[in-house]
Amino acid sequence: MLAIPLAYNFRNLMARKVSTTLTVLGLALAVAIFLVVLMLVNGLHYAMAQSGSMDNAVILRKGATSETLSGVARESADVVEVAPEIAIGADGQPMVAAEAVVGVSLPRRNDPTGKGTANVTVRGIVPMSLALRESLKIVEGRAPESGKPEILAGVSAAKGFKGCEVGGTIQMGGITWNVVGLFEANGSAFESELWGDRELVGNSFGRNGFSSMTLRMKDPRLDVASLQARFDDDPRVNVHVQTESEYFSSSSEGLRILISMLGGVLIALFSMGAVMGAMVTMFAFVGARTREIGTLRALGFSRRSIAMCFMIESLMLALAGGIVAAIPALMVQRLTFSTTNWTTFTDVTWHFRASPMIILSGLIFSLVMGWIGGMIPATRAALLPITTSLREA
Amino acid sequence: MLHILALTVRNSVRNPLRTTLTVTGIAIGVIAFSFLQTVLAAYYFGLDASSPKRLVARHRVSLFNLLPLAQAAKMREVPGVTQVSYGIWFGGYYRDPTQFFGQIAVDPQYLDLYPEFVLPPDQKQAYLAEQQACIVGRKLANRFDWKVGDKITITGQIFPGDWDFIIRGIYHGNQPNTDETSMFFHWKRLDEWLLAREQGSQVGWYLLGVDDPSQNSRITAAVDDLFFNSTAPTLTETEKEFNASFVSMFGSVLTTIKIASGIVIVIILLIMANTMMMAARERITEYGVLKTLGFRGFHLATLIGGEALVVTFLGAVLGCAASYGIVAMFGKAIEMNLGQMFPVFELKPSTVALSVGMALAAGLVACLAPIARSVRLPIAQALRRVE
Repeated sequence: MLAIPLAYNFRNLMARKVSTTLTVLGLALAVAIFLVVLMLVNGLHYAMAQSGSMDNAVILRKGATSETLSGVARESADVVEVAPEIAIGADGQPMVAAEAVVGVSLPRRNDPTGKGTANVTVRGIVPMSLALRESLKIVEGRAPESGKPEILAGVSAAKGFKGCEVGGTIQMGGITWNVVGLFEANGSAFESELWGDRELVGNSFGRNGFSSMTLRMKDPRLDVASLQARFDDDPRVNVHVQTESEYFSSSSEGLRILISMLGGVLIALFSMGAVMGAMVTMFAFVGARTREIGTLRALGFSRRSIAMCFMIESLMLALAGGIVAAIPALMVQRLTFSTTNWTTFTDVTWHFRASPMIILSGLIFSLVMGWIGGMIPATRAALLPITTSLREA
Repeated sequence: MLHILALTVRNSVRNPLRTTLTVTGIAIGVIAFSFLQTVLAAYYFGLDASSPKRLVARHRVSLFNLLPLAQAAKMREVPGVTQVSYGIWFGGYYRDPTQFFGQIAVDPQYLDLYPEFVLPPDQKQAYLAEQQACIVGRKLANRFDWKVGDKITITGQIFPGDWDFIIRGIYHGNQPNTDETSMFFHWKRLDEWLLAREQGSQVGWYLLGVDDPSQNSRITAAVDDLFFNSTAPTLTETEKEFNASFVSMFGSVLTTIKIASGIVIVIILLIMANTMMMAARERITEYGVLKTLGFRGFHLATLIGGEALVVTFLGAVLGCAASYGIVAMFGKAIEMNLGQMFPVFELKPSTVALSVGMALAAGLVACLAPIARSVRLPIAQALRRVE
């Protein structure tokens, strides 16, 4: 089979610049939507996966789906703290932190109405809390001193909410809290939180007990089950044990489903639109080059070569679309996305996150669209009878 | 003039394949646009459904903080306040924690402030008479197949344990945008639970009834002044402002949907511009002939613009028809996966009108370039072209 040279396809696309550009842009938009949705879901997944360590266990009251809804009484906490499964730290202390987790309504920085608010997670911490989260790094200022109304703010919270920058103040429970430091935690959901002294946080929300407990396990493979069994047998506590990573991924499950569903519908609609656009263009190419096709056939090129020729053009358009789409998609990576996770009823911020896999699937997605859009026009071109096509004006 | 119209329609279907593809493309764009607008409306639902005759007072720090019931008596004394009711968010679930719906514990008069909730009098009586009773919205009842008299168990998260309720009433809304997805039960039950744990009587928020909405800003300020220096300072807003604070919580979701809607319009523009460009290019010779015959640029513009309108209108009508089905399907799918996330998820007539208008406008903008090109092209050059 004699193939038509690629240069011919390329020159044809160049000869019809406007149609080529419009089609490439249409395909690129569909691919860009596809990429952005995948990056959004990937970013959320990443933030949640980073938050949770496999070595840590989170203890919530049975039936509670989030730390903000959970409650662990002080007496129960005392029971949990002596469990033998808890790892011992370098200082000889068991690595466990009972924390008070609540929400405070703060004004958003970049709100179009100028008065939008959202609930920010406030985590009442003890010194051990910092040691338990290994990814945590203080990037500005210092950690809060215990007993003082001081806040260590996650970088996302500081960026998203007024008063959360170092030197800023937050009103909470009749006390003015000073923000004394900023922390990063590997892009995890912790970065959307404000951390302050546990007893003061608890008092300002009128809470006597704790919300949740986080602990480091000696043997992560076995200890979740053995902790659960231990506490189930103990009438003094009524808690559910899960790994920290399990907790964070389950608390964002609803959000992930919603975004995937919305994104899925958009991807489907946009890609269908782009395929239609590609088809319109390809049919026009076939129509405008009827005589050319007849000539090629007369020169001895087979029907198959003709079909291939148009398929290649369609795929070239798609490839260009896929490459063009990667540019805005990669630029979006610098942006953050923040919304209220209704499971915790607090705000969570994460980055759009690309990966080589995502960019590659965008290219494949684009080529599939080009393939579908080109198939029918290419078949039609191949089936044109030589004589009639040559006679065409 | 009539001839021009006839020619416009003929031109639109001259290349049936291209017209079909373009119409389909536009229809898809219109579906995407009206779908996104419906999602947006679902997020903004609370704003539409709120009444200026209801004010909400909550804890200034956040909704996580409860307010002491003792504040109710002081609020009643504020001039202009006709009723003080209160509620607490229960935050439980029925069997599956991912199936979200609201359960609210309220005082007996709470629902009087919602004239849009319709509950048969005998059911209301039965609900008020029984401590364990609850009432549920029609959509919620349909979702779980609940009937009046059913016994249901809700797992509490904020108030731990299994809570049994008997459904004594099913309410529906007399407005299309009334929330029919909530469950209401007696605040007294939670109060007893809290008292048993040595916590005083508390509420999540107060709902204040007012007669004269023009007094709202005075009343909200007066209420907040009462408790400003207390341990439980309040933030009092109209119901609309209160619901707006929920909308702003959704943050980037809303911005993203708005941007996506804009992109849809651009896509429709691209599809139309591409098609009209091709059509005009093919017909350059014809336009030359028409000009020779004495037709003016204005006629050509009508011809091309008319064709764009015919094609976009067909696409818009087709798209709107399909949108009804797709919105209904998506609403169902959301309900299956996430419960009553969106109390109202329906395609509104105003959304349909907006989508059609947007498509037509995009169609017109898209043919500006081809029109300019054909009008400007000198006759001789138009006739010389062979393609």
